Amino acid sequence: MKSRTSGSVVRLAAPLRALAQRFTFLLLALASVALMMVGKVEAPVVDDVRARVTDAFAPILDALSRPAATAARVVEAVADIQNVYDENQRLKTENARLMQWYQTALRLEAENASLHTLLRFSPEPPTSAITARVIAAPGGSFYRTVVVTAGRRDGVKKGQAAVAGNGMVGRVVEVGEWSSRVLLITDLNARIPVTLEQSRQRAVLAGDNSDQPKLLYLPPEAPVTVGERVVTSGHGGIFPAGIPIGVVASSGERGVKVQPLADLARVEHLRLIDYGAGSPLGEAETAPRETK
Amino acid sequence: MTLSFWQRLDKAGRNLTPFAITVMLGLLGMMPLRLPAFAEVAPSLTLMSVYYWSIHRPDLLRPSAVFAIGVLMDLLSGAPLGLHGLILVLVQGTVLSQRRFFLASTFLLMWVGFGMVMFGAAFTEWLVFCALNATLVPFRALFFQALLTLALFPLFAWAFIRIHRAFLQG
Repeated sequence: MKSRTSGSVVRLAAPLRALAQRFTFLLLALASVALMMVGKVEAPVVDDVRARVTDAFAPILDALSRPAATAARVVEAVADIQNVYDENQRLKTENARLMQWYQTALRLEAENASLHTLLRFSPEPPTSAITARVIAAPGGSFYRTVVVTAGRRDGVKKGQAAVAGNGMVGRVVEVGEWSSRVLLITDLNARIPVTLEQSRQRAVLAGDNSDQPKLLYLPPEAPVTVGERVVTSGHGGIFPAGIPIGVVASSGERGVKVQPLADLARVEHLRLIDYGAGSPLGEAETAPRETK
Repeated sequence: MTLSFWQRLDKAGRNLTPFAITVMLGLLGMMPLRLPAFAEVAPSLTLMSVYYWSIHRPDLLRPSAVFAIGVLMDLLSGAPLGLHGLILVLVQGTVLSQRRFFLASTFLLMWVGFGMVMFGAAFTEWLVFCALNATLVPFRALFFQALLTLALFPLFAWAFIRIHRAFLQG
């Protein structure tokens, strides 16, 4: 190509080129800073660009995530085989306990329904869920997001709660055509209105980059017991009320820390909860909701 | 004529190697590995690649390409836009301005140089992030990320040297 000509130019004008190069670096560094400003000021535009670029790379990320998922599964399978007996015993006892709970739940459901009719309680809008696979979990010290394979065409909307197995893991912050990004509850920017299940105390769950997010705006005299469940409060109307998030792990001078129920490092599939969309089909009820 | 066209295509393909490897490593770094507490200390693979190729073939990894890779990583990873662009460009600028030092004769010296660049980059990232969020965030996770990247560097550098010799010599 141009190698010969550019080679002689380099020899002739090396100092000039070095200067130009220095200038390029300065220019590019300034451009980065300018981009950061744009990201701060024009966040919606940047989110849109992000969603488009993520869409474009989603197939590649999807392809790359499959071998990783398989490897993780193989490792887990080996570990499972090792403790299959203990696991069986544990599950038997757990099943016995859950059967009792099931009976209790049925009784409470019936009782709740009859009380609702007595009170003319207006029911909450039905929820439906979209299941999506996690295809990217970008490593970074200061941001916790995952990319999932469901987007606008699947009905994903910004703000939907993402639930993995037994607890909420985050909420949708960007929606592309066939991919979207979920901000995990441990991210520095995550804020979720929550209620402590027993004391009915309201608070805001705020990520702080550690594995255990903390509770903000709790009154100092509020009784907080370690082990108490933390659920979404439904305030703000973004998430349904009562999605379990975690349990209080510690309460001390450094604030109240919450241990998420879901293992955030190992989520493979997420359910994005469509709330208030009024889906008449009433697909799989996603979380036990409670009413005050 | 035909032969020269294919030769040119071959050369162009080979010359794309550093860029392609850096992008691929960036995407590989986003794989969900499902290891506990791994995401926050996931090694910075693009940084290794930019460091290596900036020392050995800066003509094939231009500052503009490095900047583009950084911005792409920002967009895909959910990091503040421009963060990786800035860091990667600064890393390349540092390496090129002191290339004589970094173009070390022994592997150990290259590793030591990488350690210095890595911790400089981690510190820059921390500064930028604190400035962007107007809060002091703990440096701990970044420190361990830098350590892990440093520990894995020989493995990747070995692969880079292999690839360098296989595709870009002669």
